[in-house]
Amino acid sequence: MPEYQVHEHDVLVIGAGGAGLRAAIAASAAGVSVGIVTKSLLGKAHTVMAEGGIAAALANVDERDNWKVHFADTMRGGQYLNEPRMAQIHAQEAPDCVRELEAWGAVFDRTAQGKILQRNFGGHKYPRLAHVGDRTGLEMIRTLQDYGIHQGIDVHMECVVITLLKDGDRVVGAFGYDRERGRFQLYHARAVVLATGGIGRAYKITSNSWEYTADGLALAYRAGAELKDMEFVQFHPTGMVWPPSVRGILVTEGVRGEGGTLKNKDGRRFMFDDIPPLYKNQTADNAEEGWRYTQGDRSARRPPELLTRDHVARAIVREVREGRGSPHGGVFLDIAWIREKMPHSAEHIKRKLPSMYHQFKQLADIDITKEPMEVGPTTHYVMGGVRVHPETQMSTVPGLFAAGECAAGLHGANRLGGNSLSDLLVFGKRAGAHAAAFAQEHQAGQVSAEEVGAAARQALEPFDRPSGESPFLIQRDLQETMQDLVGIVRREEDMHRALEVIEQLGERRRRAGVVGNREYNPGWHTALDLSNLLLISEAITRAAIERKESRGAHFRDDYPGRDDASGKSNLIIRQGPDGKMQIARKPLPELPAELKQIVEEMK
Amino acid sequence: MATATFRIWRGDSGGGEFRDYSLEISPGMVVLDAVHEIQAKQAQDLAVRWNCKVGKCGSCSAEINGMPKLMCMTRLNQLPLDAPITVQPMRTFPLVKDLVTDVSWNYEVKKKIKPFKPRKPDFPDGTWRMVQEDVDRIQEFHKCIECFLCQNVCHVLRDHRLHQQFVGPRFFVYVASLDMHPMDIEDRVEELKNAEGIGFCNITKCCTKVCPEEIRITDNAIIPLKERVVDRYFDFLRIGFSRLLGRKDRRALRNR
Ligand SMILES: Cc1cc2nc3c(=O)[nH]c(=O)nc-3n(C[C@H](O)[C@H](O)[C@H](O)COP(=O)(O)OP(=O)(O)OC[C@H]3O[C@@H](n4cnc5c(N)ncnc54)[C@H](O)[C@@H]3O)c2cc1C
Ligand code: SF4
Ligand code: SF4
Ligand code: FES
Repeated sequence: MPEYQVHEHDVLVIGAGGAGLRAAIAASAAGVSVGIVTKSLLGKAHTVMAEGGIAAALANVDERDNWKVHFADTMRGGQYLNEPRMAQIHAQEAPDCVRELEAWGAVFDRTAQGKILQRNFGGHKYPRLAHVGDRTGLEMIRTLQDYGIHQGIDVHMECVVITLLKDGDRVVGAFGYDRERGRFQLYHARAVVLATGGIGRAYKITSNSWEYTADGLALAYRAGAELKDMEFVQFHPTGMVWPPSVRGILVTEGVRGEGGTLKNKDGRRFMFDDIPPLYKNQTADNAEEGWRYTQGDRSARRPPELLTRDHVARAIVREVREGRGSPHGGVFLDIAWIREKMPHSAEHIKRKLPSMYHQFKQLADIDITKEPMEVGPTTHYVMGGVRVHPETQMSTVPGLFAAGECAAGLHGANRLGGNSLSDLLVFGKRAGAHAAAFAQEHQAGQVSAEEVGAAARQALEPFDRPSGESPFLIQRDLQETMQDLVGIVRREEDMHRALEVIEQLGERRRRAGVVGNREYNPGWHTALDLSNLLLISEAITRAAIERKESRGAHFRDDYPGRDDASGKSNLIIRQGPDGKMQIARKPLPELPAELKQIVEEMK
Repeated sequence: MATATFRIWRGDSGGGEFRDYSLEISPGMVVLDAVHEIQAKQAQDLAVRWNCKVGKCGSCSAEINGMPKLMCMTRLNQLPLDAPITVQPMRTFPLVKDLVTDVSWNYEVKKKIKPFKPRKPDFPDGTWRMVQEDVDRIQEFHKCIECFLCQNVCHVLRDHRLHQQFVGPRFFVYVASLDMHPMDIEDRVEELKNAEGIGFCNITKCCTKVCPEEIRITDNAIIPLKERVVDRYFDFLRIGFSRLLGRKDRRALRNR
């Protein structure tokens, strides 16, 4: 019987990004004992990287903004596949969540009146993103971290959960290991909140960190929960493309929000060439109007560079495919040109986009105040995830909650920039509060010793094969497969091929081996992460095959148009009784009359 | 394509050694890429921390050719490639394995610092007003990514190992960010002098030199904090000397 350490908490939160920290704070405030587990050190989670800002209709810069506009923008951006109640709650509660961060010590950029400043972002009708230069995520995670450490929350740093534990239907804890020593850890809890983030490491070109191996989704799936809308993977239009070692690293949408333009190799602003009908009324039809919009002229409409991400990403792919790309296979993003418009443009750019300036200077020898950047799409975010109840964030498994990027519903077919950070706050808080309530209403469940023993033995298997293949190489092959076959532009036969490769990679994983001992062994860690990545890659691919239309982030070369019938349902994935992956269509919930009216009014 | 040799420290708290790995390198590569490449093909169990690969998370701190740096922001074309590039863990913290150190002491220190305490909201709707100029000052401190490179080079910790009496530059930046926060009303001066040991700092500025976020740790955080301590506890000195010395000289004297 393998040994393990036992920890008791009322609520266990898995993940210490924005969603996990906010959930832990909420649960703790409800008076229950809380533990939080994170794969990295505290304060290092993905959220730290977020740049552009938090979307919240504070109406500090434009008083025409309010929750209804934010709601309508979110629904339109998501092509109406969003869970409407979630989109409503999100738009209504985000402003208070931002103000709460300020009360805990966050300092946002200010308006002339001393209020929280807000900036323009793609798909948002009015300037709506509360921000701190281009390092909003750092401000957010640090504020939550520093506030959280005084709330009596137990933090288990550099610990990884590998399976959830159940008692009958219900989740009663989790089992994992600490990276430092490789010892097994058992977390016994009355309720569990998943806040593990996304899946980006399934792709080769990605803005995501090593942690994004789809753990939460895989844990939930294996525990019997449902996954929803897995076909919707967001490719951010602007990642770095050169030099090769920085390929995929994000260039914030804030660059376009501040007036940056996209051009092809002929110097043409190609985004004007194809403005979707859904957005025609709201988009500038000339460069001058677009510029005025970015500079706060309220009578102007947004430039086409600020259309939703799916659309911009595809336009870039089109330019590159048709031979009009930049030397390294991207297009040009130019903020330097604004020197034509303002006297101290270099200082202005450095102040508005400090980390972008730094990033290009240091990693690509480019001064963005003088030269354009080369950019192309990069895997960024997953709209799909664990299906949860819109009010409580509980999954279909009792006692198991999910929030943040690993939960589905809010964003539909495409997420608007800035809507993730607000998602983390609004639904992190709700998940924590409802998990605490669940913990208060239920006794601690029983953990099965056999289940734990089996999980531990399975985790150690790769050590039996020291001469087996390196798990890093298997991961690389998976990343190439997903990038090439289930990427931005998808085709039926490619995706069937991807399923075959995923199966073969599964075989290779079962033969993979690790060397060394259990202490801080990245090879071993990667071997364990791989099973989650493979499972979720399969889910993405199956859903993408099933959705035979193009909508939002999901684009089918063989079905380029939208199909109204398909557009009326979400895709649900769960494990069938035979252990195989099942996929089903679930009709969209009826839009309540009140919300329907808002959508109509804002068209 | 060029080949380079990486001399990487391998071992744990029980001991270890440098090992050489040779590698083909490509344009734009950073040290972290090289470490990952070695990990994938030559040393699977090579322990290293990283997350963002873009200088934002502060996970990948190490000593490269003896200089404390972020591995992800150190490009190979900034290093001489004719000699082996040495990569070793931060020295000030206990070693876990290879390039990974135990930085948990830093987390314990932070817990002991008096948290942010806001004044009552300025408006009945529970909001505050702040002007950008006031905010700029602490936004500099908020850039800190907690890479702990400054902690690693500060001789008070590195050589004198006064971890019990001295919180280190990172946490002076933190205290300064709280103390200069336009909304904060807490008093932290006594702790600065006693529990946090700001008097041990003699303004060598080594911390400022290594900060990847270019935070002016000494000038903008430590010196103003020292002034607060002095103003409260050594007022007689100030009165006595102020007739004799200019302001700048007084500062030098105090910090000797
Ligand atoms: C470069 C970049 C810029 C972005 N900019 C913006 C922006 O401007 N605005 C915006 O709204 N969004 C932005 N996003 C998106 C946003 O940052 C993320 O969607 C969001 O931070 C996700 O937060 P989270 O709390 O769900 O997860 P994370 O912050 O990623 O946290 C996940 C946590 O789960 C832990 N974890 C994972 N698996 C396990 C396991 N098995 N066991 C234990 N712990 C585990 C991890 O260690 C981590 O602590 C950006 C993303 C990137 C990459
Ligand atoms: S200036 Fe002070 S804190 Fe910074 S390295 Fe020198 S002694 Fe340490
Ligand atoms: S102050 Fe600078 S060097 Fe010190 S931890 Fe923060 S970012 Fe790193
Ligand atoms: S990996 Fe984040 S700072 Fe280097």
